[in-house]
Amino acid sequence: MTSFREPHELHKRRFGRNLGLGLVLAIFVSLVFGLTIVKVSQNPITVTPQAGTAEGN
Amino acid sequence: MTDASFDTQTATGEAQFGDYVALLKPRVMSLVVFTAAVGLLAAPGGVHPFIAFFAVLCIAIGGGASGALNMWYDADIDRVMKRTASRPIPSGRVAPQEALAIGLTLSGFSVIMLGLATNWVAAALLAFTIFFYAVIYTMWLKRWTPQNIVIGGAAGAFPPMIGWAAVTGGVSVESVLMFALTFLWTPPHFWALALFMNADYEKAGVPMLTVTHGRKTTRRHILGYTVLLAVFAVAAAFTGIGGPVYLAVALVTNALFLRGAWIIANRDEGDARADKYRTEKRFFAFSLLYLFLHFGAILAEAALRPWGMGGW
Repeated sequence: MTSFREPHELHKRRFGRNLGLGLVLAIFVSLVFGLTIVKVSQNPITVTPQAGTAEGN
Repeated sequence: MTDASFDTQTATGEAQFGDYVALLKPRVMSLVVFTAAVGLLAAPGGVHPFIAFFAVLCIAIGGGASGALNMWYDADIDRVMKRTASRPIPSGRVAPQEALAIGLTLSGFSVIMLGLATNWVAAALLAFTIFFYAVIYTMWLKRWTPQNIVIGGAAGAFPPMIGWAAVTGGVSVESVLMFALTFLWTPPHFWALALFMNADYEKAGVPMLTVTHGRKTTRRHILGYTVLLAVFAVAAAFTGIGGPVYLAVALVTNALFLRGAWIIANRDEGDARADKYRTEKRFFAFSLLYLFLHFGAILAEAALRPWGMGGW
């Protein structure tokens, strides 16, 4: 069985850019989420009841 | 992939996050953000503030992507010029293939996201801008003709037009005039820089007008384009984006810019060398203020409109 290894020097060296990329991805997700909310609230999805269903009730 | 292969890849120097940001030419991006935002805010109609922010961000990232593609293709020239030798690729911090991948990915992302957020006319204009800067300017005109920056300047002139299209879904006289403002401003701005940075371009073999036709011709060209620019800049005052504030700004700044261009055109090269190109440097610095004031005035007219004061 192998145990957990010490973090490679490479991981320490690239910490800054990995953190930056992580932040960029998080911001991108928030922007797409925000855009979706704005788009949906501007053009609300309207569901028209089907004739058959209305009669059945 | 082994750790050993990672090490050989990074032997030339480790790229930090800031190096990838530098690929997007943040200083150029700030001009793109400002002019695109003005185009968007001056357009009739208006959009939701979040969509406006998102659209300007997409335009900025599209501009940045074309900057990365430019750095990928121009790495050989950048290596020679003092001004650009410390850029991420010539300094060895970012591999050329990485810059190409980032440029292409961000280009696709920015165009598609702008299309989804606003409309496909704006997205098509952004795609054309990226293509124009990366292919027409960088790969073709820059190394071929001394008129490179005249035509290449069009790429920097599109952002207000894209911002306008993001709201209206089309192109109009006003957006074309905003385009003309930056397009005609670019030659005097860059040729003034070339007058006192000549050695750099000469060394790289870029056919700058100063190198191919000499300084006297460049000085005359600066005046010629400044006269043309003044006509279009003042004409914009009488359209939907203009008004008394814009007219006042345009009259004063164009008079000063014309005066500077006239002095540069009639200046002896010996005098310029004697005072270390002081006039040219001042003209270059003023050109930045010139563009900022024009777009600032367009923004002011748009901001005053809700109170019944902007425009005629």
